[in-house]
Amino acid sequence: MNFFGSARRFLISSAIAYVILKALFLSGFLTGYVQQIILSSFIVILTSLGLNVIYGYTGQFSLGHAGFYGIGAYAAAFLGVHFKIDSVIAFIPVLFAGGAAAALIGFIVGVPILRLRDDFLAIATLGFGILVRVLLDNSDKFIEVLGGSRGFIGIPKLVNIDLVIGTTVFLLLITRNLIFSRYGLFWQCIKDDELASMVFGINSARMKLMAFTYGCFLAGIGGALYAYLYSFLHPSNFDFLKSIDFLIIVIVGGMGSITGTICVGFLWIAIIEGLRIALPPQVLELRWVLIPLMLIAVMMWKPYGFFARRESRLLGLGKES
Amino acid sequence: MELLSYLLQQLINGLQLGAVYALIALGYTMVYGVLRLINFAHGDIFMFGAFTAYYLISKWDVPIYLVFPITMAVTGLLGFLIEKIAYRPLRSAPRISLLITAVGVSLFLEYFLSLNSLFTPNYIGFPRPFEVTGYDLSLFTLTNVQLIIFAVTLFSLALLYLLIYKTKYGRAMRALSHDQEVASLMGIHVDGIISFTFVVGAALAGLGGILYAFAYPQINVFMGIMPGIKSFIAAVLGGIGIIHGAVLGGIIIGVSEVFVSAFLSSTLRDGVIFFILFLVLLLKPSGIFGKRIDKV
Repeated sequence: MNFFGSARRFLISSAIAYVILKALFLSGFLTGYVQQIILSSFIVILTSLGLNVIYGYTGQFSLGHAGFYGIGAYAAAFLGVHFKIDSVIAFIPVLFAGGAAAALIGFIVGVPILRLRDDFLAIATLGFGILVRVLLDNSDKFIEVLGGSRGFIGIPKLVNIDLVIGTTVFLLLITRNLIFSRYGLFWQCIKDDELASMVFGINSARMKLMAFTYGCFLAGIGGALYAYLYSFLHPSNFDFLKSIDFLIIVIVGGMGSITGTICVGFLWIAIIEGLRIALPPQVLELRWVLIPLMLIAVMMWKPYGFFARRESRLLGLGKES
Repeated sequence: MELLSYLLQQLINGLQLGAVYALIALGYTMVYGVLRLINFAHGDIFMFGAFTAYYLISKWDVPIYLVFPITMAVTGLLGFLIEKIAYRPLRSAPRISLLITAVGVSLFLEYFLSLNSLFTPNYIGFPRPFEVTGYDLSLFTLTNVQLIIFAVTLFSLALLYLLIYKTKYGRAMRALSHDQEVASLMGIHVDGIISFTFVVGAALAGLGGILYAFAYPQINVFMGIMPGIKSFIAAVLGGIGIIHGAVLGGIIIGVSEVFVSAFLSSTLRDGVIFFILFLVLLLKPSGIFGKRIDKV
């Protein structure tokens, strides 16, 4: 099976989505604010997809995903500002450098901590996430331009719809193919039963590290896009609560389902931002009272998430499409 | 001499913070023991305790010796309700769904209390019902707040110890944390004991909330997040599911937090704590007092 042929349906559906969104963006029907929100939802999906690879497919519980998201964002922003990047073409290597930075840190951190299991791994990654937050808060003491707790300003706004959708579709495709490759099968074996998969000769330490590094790479790409979409970074955007956001998207979407992550990623942003528009100003503060209630209700209704290990055939994400 | 007394003073301050962390960590460790759940709402129960005490003291002028039992009863009831309404329907669901529900409960408590019609998202001053006085003990000063914190913590630890190791409820709790299924076969009322564990844990968190507000008299609906996370870290550090481990972990975290603030920089405080956690987990993944976990 060649790389693109098996994903024809996925490419067609993403082309349709691209054309619709592009038309909406060009029509002037959407304000700049709404456009930014739509683009940010792709970033959230990409980053959550990274967590889904780590946790949903490979079963490695990470609560520090926002740390890698932040590393990608700061690395890309630093490189861009350092080399005075000002065009979208020149931004692409910076984007991947952001992803690579997060992947590298993920690899280095992953070697020792992936020996931990379940909740212990969760706590170690949570600790790592908070460590990153503390370092970012103090970053101006090492490198002035990072801005520390004042925030990183002056990042050029280079992200546009073509770049965001292009990157997302490309990485979704790579991820999908990885999941259906032998490595993806190894990951899922490890999630189901690590002992049994080791008996089959799967090098579980290596496979876990590979999934973790790849998931961190996706988070880094998401972070880099974020930096150049909002052109301002603050350590509080990458704290523990952000990791929880990504976790919610993965779990509500369904562990081990790309479709679930995509749908719930959009839904999550739509609810958070939609309620801001839908609720009248005097009850706007009810927003964060309603969201947790919905979350609890959804978990009771669908404890395994909306797409537990299933993929949509319509989007062409399933194996036989 | 100067340095020694400074060190001792910081140690006392650290113990004060550590005692509060220990009280919260106990609830985490007990709930984790029976349900294998990281109860993210626990930090918010702690916050709720501080708010209850605030109401009792500033609005209704309740005498201080009644503030403690009433607050503990209120947070205990809150813990009971959370378990009954939010966690029990998910008993057979995957553990991660339970964790997400706990996050939902936590967010709900925070934002519900921060509604302007109910309360405020801003910081408010907590009125201590007594004046702070310091007793000069030549090498360091001990304030009456610290005395209260140490006395109350030690007293409740002793009670908890008796409860867990000397009563049949405690034995049932310990049985549950070993094996839920077998425990239910032995005639233990599993749901009842889980509720009971939540009530005890939440009451201790409420107690921690009052003491914390006495020591650092500013309260806020989001005040429970960081102490909550740090206390969970404390529980893991000492060995999750182990009572004296939680206490030791709380004290280690509290003391190191104060020492880092005093000697390095207060912005690095959290970083150092998580660095300690990292080291402990890598050297002994099951925590200081933890039993060996079976490897794959």
